[in-house]
Parts: sequence; C-alpha cells; structure tokens
Amino acid sequence: MILGIDVGGTHTDAVLINGTTVIKTAKVPTDLSNLFNSFLRATDTILSRVEEHHLDRIVLSTTISTNAVIQGKIDPVGMIISCGPGCAASSLLLPRHTVFVSGSIDHRGQEIEPVDSREITAASKHFSTRGIHHLGIVGKFSTRNPVHEYMIGDALQGEYDHISLGHRMSGNLNFPRRIATTYLNAAMWRLYNSFVDNVRSFARHRSITAPIYILKADGGTFEISQSARYPVGTILSGPAASIMGIMALSPITQDAVALDIGGTTTDIAVFAKGVPLLEPRGVTIEGHKTLIRGLRTASIGIGGDSILSYVNGTVIVGPGRAGPAAAFGGPSPTPTDAMIVLGYSTAGDRRTAVASLATLDPSGHTTPSELAELTFAAVIKGVSEAVSSMVAAINNEPVYTVHELLAGENISPEAAYIVGGPAREIAPHIEKGLGLPCVVPRNAEVANAVGAALARTTAELTLRADTEKQTLTIVEEGVQTPITKRFTHDIGVDICRDKLRERALKMGSYREDIQIELTEDQTFSMVRDGYVAGKNIRLKAQIKPGLITRTEESNIA
Amino acid sequence: MMTRRRTGIIFFPAFDWSISITHPEREERLLYTRDQVFEEGLFDFDNIFEYSPGIASLSDINRVHICVPNCDSVLTETHRISAGGAITAAEKVMEGAVDNAFALVRPPGHHAMRFVYGTRGFCIINVEAIMVEYIRRKYGHRRIAIVDTDCHHGDGTQDIYWHDPDTLYISLHQDGRTLYPGTGFIGEFGGPNALGTTINIPLPPHTSDEGFLYVCDNLILPIIDEFQPDLIINSAGQDNHFTDPLTSMNFSAQGYAALTSRLSPHIAVLEGGYSIESALPYVNLGIILAMAGLDYSNVREPTFKPHEIQQSDAVTERIKRDVAVIYQLWKTRHEQRRDVIADKSTMTRKKTIFYDTDHITEKQVETVFMCDECGGLVTISSSTGHHPPVYAVIIPGRSCPSCRRRGKEIFHRTTTDDFHAIYLQDREHDVFCVKEDKRCGVTETASPTTTA
Repeated sequence: MILGIDVGGTHTDAVLINGTTVIKTAKVPTDLSNLFNSFLRATDTILSRVEEHHLDRIVLSTTISTNAVIQGKIDPVGMIISCGPGCAASSLLLPRHTVFVSGSIDHRGQEIEPVDSREITAASKHFSTRGIHHLGIVGKFSTRNPVHEYMIGDALQGEYDHISLGHRMSGNLNFPRRIATTYLNAAMWRLYNSFVDNVRSFARHRSITAPIYILKADGGTFEISQSARYPVGTILSGPAASIMGIMALSPITQDAVALDIGGTTTDIAVFAKGVPLLEPRGVTIEGHKTLIRGLRTASIGIGGDSILSYVNGTVIVGPGRAGPAAAFGGPSPTPTDAMIVLGYSTAGDRRTAVASLATLDPSGHTTPSELAELTFAAVIKGVSEAVSSMVAAINNEPVYTVHELLAGENISPEAAYIVGGPAREIAPHIEKGLGLPCVVPRNAEVANAVGAALARTTAELTLRADTEKQTLTIVEEGVQTPITKRFTHDIGVDICRDKLRERALKMGSYREDIQIELTEDQTFSMVRDGYVAGKNIRLKAQIKPGLITRTEESNIA
Repeated sequence: MMTRRRTGIIFFPAFDWSISITHPEREERLLYTRDQVFEEGLFDFDNIFEYSPGIASLSDINRVHICVPNCDSVLTETHRISAGGAITAAEKVMEGAVDNAFALVRPPGHHAMRFVYGTRGFCIINVEAIMVEYIRRKYGHRRIAIVDTDCHHGDGTQDIYWHDPDTLYISLHQDGRTLYPGTGFIGEFGGPNALGTTINIPLPPHTSDEGFLYVCDNLILPIIDEFQPDLIINSAGQDNHFTDPLTSMNFSAQGYAALTSRLSPHIAVLEGGYSIESALPYVNLGIILAMAGLDYSNVREPTFKPHEIQQSDAVTERIKRDVAVIYQLWKTRHEQRRDVIADKSTMTRKKTIFYDTDHITEKQVETVFMCDECGGLVTISSSTGHHPPVYAVIIPGRSCPSCRRRGKEIFHRTTTDDFHAIYLQDREHDVFCVKEDKRCGVTETASPTTTA
C-alpha cells in the first residue's frame, strides 16, 4: 500500500492506495503554524495501526519550504560570491549579507584569477560578527569548474551549521539564478531539516519502515534523507502534485492541457505526448528566479471566488479574492455565484447569489442573470486565452539548430483535463471555449495526494567532456576526472547513463522506473590554428516526470 | 547615465551548420558566446527579450539578389534562417515590441553582392540588405544608414547600395592593402547618382579603441547627423578584436561596447569575428549590454592588457588625416557629382568578382542611367566560366517614371538569343521576373509578400 499526503495551503489531503485502487481518502484543514501537525493529523485520520505495517512507501508533498519563503521564515545567509568579468555586480539581485571575493573561472572552466584566502577569512569574520550560521558559496561558471567553491567551502568547513555550494544546485548555466537558488537552499536548510527530523522520528516511533519520499517541483520524488541536503528542490511542489495527480487519474498520452481551477487562481499546465513540460530555466518563487527544475505552469487570477467588477457593459473577473461566494456567506459576487444563478450548480443559497450579482450594476439596467451570463463568459474567455497564449509561448521557445528550427515540433493540445472546485460544472463550457474535449478525472478532489503517492523519482545529470583539456565534469556529483584524448561521444553517453542510474538509485528510484533519455546531446569539434584540437562533448540526461511503473498500466479508479 | 532600453535578441548559433569542419564559419563559432550569455542570465533581465528567428522567403531574397540560376540552387535553409533572424529583429523594433534589437545569427552576409553565384568571404546572401529592403517594403522607411564595423570591407553591401542615394553605407575596416577583400578605399564613394552615400574608412593595422572611437565621434556621427536617416543599422562584425586570428587590429570588448553605445543602432546584425573563445563571448556581451543601456564596465577579456594594444602615434596621425580627407569628400559630394556626371546619360563599369570559397570568377558590365529623380535604372550583364551569360534589369525603389519605362522596355526587348536568362528586379513594385533560355515566358515571379 502507498500513502500519499499533500500538505497544501488550506487543506491537507491523504490517500491510501492499494494496487491501483484508492481505498481511503481524508481531508483535514492545514495548520500553517505547524505543518508537521497537519501531516500527523492526516496520517492519523487515514491510517489504521494495521495498515501502517503494510505500507510500501509514503510520499509527502509539503508546502513547508514554499511557505517559509513566502512568509520570510528563513534564516539569514552569508553569501560569498566571486563574480568574474561580465555583467556588473550591481545588476545582480543580492541577498543582504553578501561578500564579493576574487577568483574567476571562464566559460571553458579555466582559472582566470585565483582565490585569495585572506579575503575568505575576512568574509567569515564579517559573517560571524553578525551571528550568521548558514553559508552559500557561488562562483560564476562554477558549473564548468567548481574548484573555487570547493576551496572556499573547505576553508570554512566546521565554522557553520550548513554550507551550500552553488554548483550542486543544478548543472545549468545561469549565475544570477545560481545565487538565488543557493541562497534559498541555505536559508531554508534549518527549518526544513527540523521538519524532516520530526517526520523521521514519527516513523521510528510508529515502527514504520517503509521508505519516505518527498515530492519536488518537477513532479518527481526523492528519498527524504536526500531532500534534507537539497531542501530548495521541494519548493512549489503543490502545483506539481496536482499535475501528477491528473496524470494518475486519467491516462494522458497525447498533447494536452491541464487546468486546476482554484478559489483565487487557475493554474495551467501543458503535456507533450503525455509528459508534463518543465520550465525552461527554472521556477520562480517570490521574485527569486531559481535553477530548480519545475513543471511549467501559468497561473491566472481567475478562480471560483474571484472578485468581479462591471465597467461599461463588461464584467471584469479578478484578480484577487474578497472571500467565499456570496451564496456561501461571502461579502461580494463571484463566478461561483454566477454559476449558481445560471443553474450550473445547485449548491449554496441561490437567492443570495442573485442579489449579490444585482449589486454589480446599481442602475439596474442589466439583470442579474444577464450579469451572470457576462461573468461566466468572461471566465471562459479568460481561461481559453490564457491556454492559447501559454501554448503559443511554448511553441515559440527558441532553438539553436537548423534541424530543430525546421522540424518545428509544435504542441497542439487534443484534450483538456480539469480539476478543482467547479471543475465538473465548468467543463462543458470550457470545452466550447477551447474547442477541445474536456475530461474531469474521478477522485479529482484528492488529485494532489494521489499525484504525490504515485510520482516516480526524477533526476538529471550534466556531463561535459573536453578532450583538448582532457577533463570530464559531472557537476551535480562534483566529479572532475581526467580523460584521454581518445575519449569519444559514445563513451560519454555510456558514462552519463551509468552515473544517472546511480544517482537515481541513490535518490530512491525503483530500478524499473529508470528510463533515461538524453535531453542535450552535442559534440563540437574545437578548432585551434586550423586544426581540430579536441572535442567538446555536452550531454544532459534525465529521468522524466511520470508515474511509478507498478501502477502505470491501469489508471487509478 | 545610460538610458535603459528594451532590447530584443535573436540568437541563432546554427549549432549544426558549418562551411567545413575546420572552417572559421563552423558549429563552434557561437558556442562560448552562448555559454557567456546563458551564465550571465541575460534572458532573465526584464529589458532583454529573446525571439526565435523567422525564415526569409524567396521573395525577400529576390528583392535584393539575383541568384544564378535561382535561389534554391545557391543557398541553404541556414542562410534563409540567418536572414530571417535579421528580419525578425527588424519586425520587433518596427512594431514597438523593443527599442532596438541584435540579430546574433550566422552565417554572415556582407560580402554577398547583388549577383550571387556562390559563396564569397563566408557569405552567400546579404543578410542586412535583405532586412533593409524588407523594412522598406513593409514599413516604408526610406532613409537608412548602415554602419559596418566588421574588420573586412563590406564589398557586398557596398555593391548592392552603390547606386542608392537613400542608403548611407559606411564601412570602417582594416586597410584593403593588408586584408581581404582588398577593396574599400577612400575613393570608393558611391555611384554617380548616389555619390557620397558610400563612405569607406580604411584603418591602419593595430588601430585600437582610441582610433575607432575617434572615427566614430569625428566622422561617422557627424555624417549620420547630416544624412538624417530614419534608421541606423550596425553590421556588427567582431573581427577587429585584438585576438582575432584573421586580422591585425587592436579593438577590445570595451571599445565595441562604447562604439555601440555612441552609435546607438536600432538594429545590429552579427557579421564576422572568429576569435570564438577569447573575444566573442565578451564582445557580444558588451554589445548587448550597451544596446540595453546597462553597465558594461565589468566586461573584460581575460587577456586584456590595454597598454599592450595601445595604437602608435603614427596610427593616430594617419587616422586623423584620413578622417579629415573623408569628411571633406562628404562635404563636397554634390559638387563632385555634377563634375562626374557632366553631360553623360549613362555610365558603365566593368567588374571582376572572385568567389573565394567556390572558386568562381564572374565578369560583370554594369550600366547606370543618370537620373536626378531616383537612383537610376541599372542593367548588368554577367558571366562566369561555368555559366552562360545572363542579364539583369534593376528598377530602383522610389523609381521615376522614365527609369521605370525604360527598364520595362529593355527587359522586353532583350531576348534569350543573347543571354541564357534575363532577370527583371523591380524594387519599387516588388516584382521579380525571369525569362529563361528561349522559352519566352515568365518562369519565376515573386509577388509582394512577407516572410514565411
């Protein structure tokens, strides 16, 4: 049996899955001041003592790290940054306690300027007088050669509770994002680790031996002890849980869109041949642009409880929420009220809904049912336009080879999957607006918990081999090793696959789930003085987001 | 204080295209530029926008070139994407999505002349000219200045605009006595109807930042100021860099950024530049930051030592002298034109054009009709050892009725008895026709269209 728990911002959902059947669901309100308690209550509600010992795995999607960032409950971090030549330091968004140090690496990983150890000592003194216990170390091009980050980290080892090194956050290039990601990782490290400690001691206390996994922003899972080192990977797992849930509850094999209609917003995700798309550069949280791989979502300010206004014959929906729908005792009219007035929904107090809609046009020229029509049409139009523009943005994503440009593999959705409060009532209308068949999965109300429960472990790996410099780098693993001039692309691919398999197993992947695909595969001849001096081999491999194989064949009912 | 601008980048490194494996125009060329641009996170800046290139249509190309025997036989999709990238840059600026744009595309184009039989100086089609004529066609801008800062003389762009009084073409480059293509001397000053709208500024080897910026401040900017263009285009070659393997200049990334900042082009298009590891990542970064109005003071090549690349006093003196001579030529262009034309009705020049990459030698006889109203009708007969002779009639943009009438007459009168093919390029009406090999019919027509 699998226990899936989604500690969301409002509710904590739990599901218990046996084989391919959801055998129990539970929902408890989330206590934002103590998320671990919410987890405990959900677990206690759903799980009997007997079932506890039949668990194969527990998967947790938690808002703890997201919440910590949003509410500013994160620790101060001392950032040591070596900037090197390029954009001015003033163009960077920097955490408060930042010290710049010498040392630079170029785009090929060559040292341009060494680190000055006196500056490191001075930086550390600066931080210690400010009571800082967490450190982030980031260098420009450290993913090409992490040696400076290591040197600084080694020099200060033991002086801090935690040190995050920039190159471990992601194999991708983007110095400003590396700074933001490293900062967040160090800043949430203590809070996240205390949560992990609580979860593990709870499991020990109950003698639960099943492995515990945490959901990441890319819709994949990792084993809880791995997450403890890399807490920033758990931000924004909520939307990921919902998308994975839709995948688990309906078989998606084609290009499709998914809509999660909430109270305040609607989140949109896109699938290419059944696989959810990832953000090209990384997710953004509270203005921090990070390198964290995450499912690509667009959020628009239209939801069931959105505020309404009526201007010059047009109803404007959202953004923002003043409270629940008037029909449920809220302060003002909402799209939910419009649906009740139009008879699409029988819940709530219809008379209050009519009265509240009437307040939109004090002149009384427009009747409440006309206003309801206008509101509902605006919702459908807003959602449809957002879907179209997201698909267009994806299809306009730049490519860098002639082949890809001419091949032009465009996404063209064939269906829409809808979850969230008013999903069932709104689906037939979205179907018309989008011109796509709409599906509302069963058990959609616990989609997030199901998604967490069944998500497989994802991982990625970046390999770079430079046969002129005779070095091979796998930056996520901190590997830098000599190679011969005879090293080839095919050897590189084999190593990349092997190392990714090892990495995935370490992160808790099931063997049968390790389906590796190359997402970047380029080999350049490096020509110097008219001769081929070597090969520059660049590979990136991933295990893409998906469901664990053991439940994939038949969908969850 | 620099003004922040919204800058569009069309980045198309064509990572799967090369002329040959060890050729300077190879897959690796923009690899390190990509690395630098990505690592700096430029596409996350709120005033920098990345766009995918379009693909230039055959009409876009036929508006500028006469490809022999036709477009499909001489160029590849890659060339159409490179030109399409420049067109996308122009569209984004013209439609107000951004204030300026940089098409970081390859392969380059400024050695491609009006006639195209093959590759010259790594170029097949003239990316900037295709963009400029697209702008004129779609948005109606007439007066356009092209400043070519590639180290090689842009003989292709010069050829295309030699007779066009509406296009100011300024090329600054390493002296043709010391570098390919061996042209671009001060005396090359434009055709008789367009005298003065081609300006060549040959610079001595080892010219450094000081010399380039002197030329910019004391010659280029004053001339542009007097010409009053609607748009400024920069053919942004980067091979004046002190590490470039093919040239002998001492320009730096800081210099390029400062030049870009002063020139303030609406659109920049990458041309040459083959120091792919030591220069391009830094020069491109400098140009992008300068266009976006961002601080470029920290852009510095690892091997940059200003005192070692400082130009000599002799270089400084020669540049000052030449700048004075060229400015004087510009100031007296109208008087010179009167003297050149005198009472002639046509002028003819004979040209031999060598396609260095494809080893083709073309012979051309070009005749221009004297005209005070427009750029003047141009006819060209052309042949190579490999191709039978062909003939072209080019009716200029903004053509006067008499040049137009005469052009049509000549096209109808000329028969395929004498030429393998006869081309009519009507720039004003955006029509391109071919009469081919005794089958007296129009076999290829380009209608006024836009890109695919």
